[in-house]
Amino acid sequence: MTVVLSARDLRRHYGGGERAVDGVDLDVMAGETVAVMGPSGCGKSTLLHLLGGLDRPSGGRIELHGRRIDNLGEKALARLRRTGIGFVFQSFHLLDELTAVENVEMPALLAGRSPRAARRRATELLDRVGLAGRAGALPSQLSGGQRQRVAVARALSNEPAVVLADEPTGNLDSAATLDVLRLFGSLHEAGQTLVIVTHDARIAATADRLLSMRDGVLIDETRLTGGTSGRLGSLVRLED
Amino acid sequence: MGRLLLVTRLAVRDLRRRPAEAVLLLLAILAATSTLTLGLVLRDAASDPYRQTREATHGPDVVVFADLAAVAEVVRDPAIVATGGPYPVVASRLDSSGRTSDVQVIGRDAEAAAVDQPAVVAGAWVSDGGAVLEAAFADALGVRPGDQVTLGGRSFRVAGTAVTAAMAPYPAVTCLVDEGCLHGAVPEDRSLPEGLLRNPGLVWVTRADARGLTAETDSSRYVVSARLADPEQTRAFVDRHLDGAPVPVGMVSWPEIRDEATELARDSQILLMIGAWLLGLLATASLAVLVGGRMADQTRRVGLLKAVGGTPGLVAAVLLAEYLLVALIAAAAGLTIGTLAAPLLAEPGAGLLGTAGTPSLTVTTAGVVTAVALGVAVLATTVPALRAARTSTVGALADTPRPPRRIGWLIRISARMPVPLLLALRVTARRPRRALLAVAAIAVTVSGIYVALILDGFLTGDAMVAGYTGFQVAALRRVLLVWTVILLCLTAVNAVVITWATVLDNRRSSALARALGATPGDVSAALGTAQVLPALGGAILGVFPCGYLLFAAIMRATGGDGDRATPPSFPQLAIVVAGTVLVVGALTAVPARLGGRRPVTEALRD
Ligand SMILES: Nc1ncnc2c1ncn2[C@@H]1O[C@H](COP(=O)(O)OP(=O)(O)O)[C@@H](O)[C@H]1O
Ligand SMILES: [Mg+2]
Repeated sequence: MTVVLSARDLRRHYGGGERAVDGVDLDVMAGETVAVMGPSGCGKSTLLHLLGGLDRPSGGRIELHGRRIDNLGEKALARLRRTGIGFVFQSFHLLDELTAVENVEMPALLAGRSPRAARRRATELLDRVGLAGRAGALPSQLSGGQRQRVAVARALSNEPAVVLADEPTGNLDSAATLDVLRLFGSLHEAGQTLVIVTHDARIAATADRLLSMRDGVLIDETRLTGGTSGRLGSLVRLED
Repeated sequence: MGRLLLVTRLAVRDLRRRPAEAVLLLLAILAATSTLTLGLVLRDAASDPYRQTREATHGPDVVVFADLAAVAEVVRDPAIVATGGPYPVVASRLDSSGRTSDVQVIGRDAEAAAVDQPAVVAGAWVSDGGAVLEAAFADALGVRPGDQVTLGGRSFRVAGTAVTAAMAPYPAVTCLVDEGCLHGAVPEDRSLPEGLLRNPGLVWVTRADARGLTAETDSSRYVVSARLADPEQTRAFVDRHLDGAPVPVGMVSWPEIRDEATELARDSQILLMIGAWLLGLLATASLAVLVGGRMADQTRRVGLLKAVGGTPGLVAAVLLAEYLLVALIAAAAGLTIGTLAAPLLAEPGAGLLGTAGTPSLTVTTAGVVTAVALGVAVLATTVPALRAARTSTVGALADTPRPPRRIGWLIRISARMPVPLLLALRVTARRPRRALLAVAAIAVTVSGIYVALILDGFLTGDAMVAGYTGFQVAALRRVLLVWTVILLCLTAVNAVVITWATVLDNRRSSALARALGATPGDVSAALGTAQVLPALGGAILGVFPCGYLLFAAIMRATGGDGDRATPPSFPQLAIVVAGTVLVVGALTAVPARLGGRRPVTEALRD
């Protein structure tokens, strides 16, 4: 198995002495789904931001396909975000004034694809997330679950090496959560590499590996091979 | 291609999201571009008609007037290659359906002359019993070919109207007659020499008719239009003859005539340019406020664009594109409006050929106006756009509002004040840049009013003595009024916009203040006061030093004689300052009131 994304001694310290991420080592294999769990404020989002090139580490190194990305310039980082990485956020972060399909095609247009090719790809992706009929809808006309599916479609736009999702179901009711869950399941089956930060045991249960985080470090790793166990239940109880 | 589509799409959608603001942006730039276009078009129009008229009428290089012997003496100069005349000139009085005017009557041949043949614009050239009026004069009197007029008590038919390059159009005519002339408005109580002509018009009749108008056997005064071998030497020719002349002769060179002929247009143009610069400054200030408010709103959008892979350059492009788009539309609309409106302001030039409707758009004008519009947009947008493009992606996504810059001492002294004043000072201290822009906008407007007051005072009082006629004064005051009104409207809109931006910006802290016990009245008063304080500062700065310096700069730039202008009186200035504060207070009352009354919970939620 090849390593897609790896971090060594990754650190992110804030001005006030806050060590949000404090020496994380991580390898994400191709086609693998990794879930990260941990109490609020333990540094999960910060870790994901570092891995996705949204934030810069204070120390350590990150490699994507064996190429260092922690020392890239602004422009190269932007290129990386639009081609190598797909991001899904808890609060969707769609542009309110663009329709679903326009939101989805944005990364493709940014990557310099022709408007026609970008539109074709976006339509395909909306179909894949089950929203073919809502291409022309504005985010305000979509339910939370639908918005998050649009956001997932957008993250997939440029066939990223890895999709990073930060509590993708955190703002959703349970029906919508199931929808998104199923979507991630199908992405996993299709061989997409995924890193998902979540509070939701059901999402965590679909993962190949479950990482627990505390105070900026990964404290535990559980390899899940099918079905959930009592262990997972205890992990879930760790957080409140 | 794809990126261009994306940038355009984002720009257009964002403008559509808040159409009222988009319209405000457009109006702000439009006011400046229209005025600038007017000014530039009038500048182009100013000297062109004279050149055309000079060509069409085979205009002279120099006009000589004196008694017959003196004129004949000058004409012997070998530098002269061709002449028209000598023609007799008679002072007279013209009556047309109740209106009376002094006139200078020139006796001409019915045949066309090789030099200085006035170009008939309506009707026909002179014939016995048929007089031709200079076109601008006819226009001012409302006389048309076919009308009957009386000249020196004798009845004439108006054969036609014509333009000439040998004399500036009415009312700026050269005084050819012995009696002397008086230009401009004449104080009623002034005792004047007998026979002096007041703002005389110009009339052409046949030589025979001219002779009939004078009691003497022959006219004592003659005028010759002469062409020189080298027109460049006109100045030297005039100097040579006026200096060593044994007999007194009058002489006018064509550049002098041209300057006279185009004076009104040039003065209007100068006034318009002043207005255009003021409006440009104001537009920049308004834009900066609007853009600043909008950009603060765009933080999440910026974060998102970056998260999906937009480079800082692209983010800046998206943010700039909207305003450049608005600026381009404003430039196009301003060029159209300015060009269409120019004939209205250029109309007093009826005395030259092709004046009506001639003001036309040149490539240079279009270029300058577009460049200024884009410049205003770039000036107002670049700083916030770059700042936004450089923000950290994560911070922007979380939309941690840009930590307002707090001015410590301001907050400390405000702690001992009544609640509304305290809140107002804190509101101001939160966004010092916006407060500065508000001060700047008001200062620009007030300095504009200051200059307008001086110019208006000059035009109504001293101008009469300075040689403007009522007609010209009306034209110039109209120009002045146009931009003053635009300036005031724009400022009013600006004040409302700034208040609204402040209200939106402060909804959380306002709600918090109320949650902690401030009344809606306190909060409204605070938001209002936060606008009135900068208005007061701006108004005072606008009078001094801004207004004072602006006027001095204008006088320097135009070579004007500022000494003759009296600065506005102290009560006038006090009224301007107090008026500004009151108007701003009134204008901002509504948004401030709305801002104070939003339900606390609702405001705290978003
Ligand atoms: N911009 C910042 N400045 C200072 N501290 C921060 C900043 N962002 C996050 N933190 C701190 O870093 C820690 C980790 O935050 P985060 O990664 O958001 O946690 P999680 O996503 O696990 O809830 C928290 O204690 C948080 O307060
Ligand atoms: Mg988080």
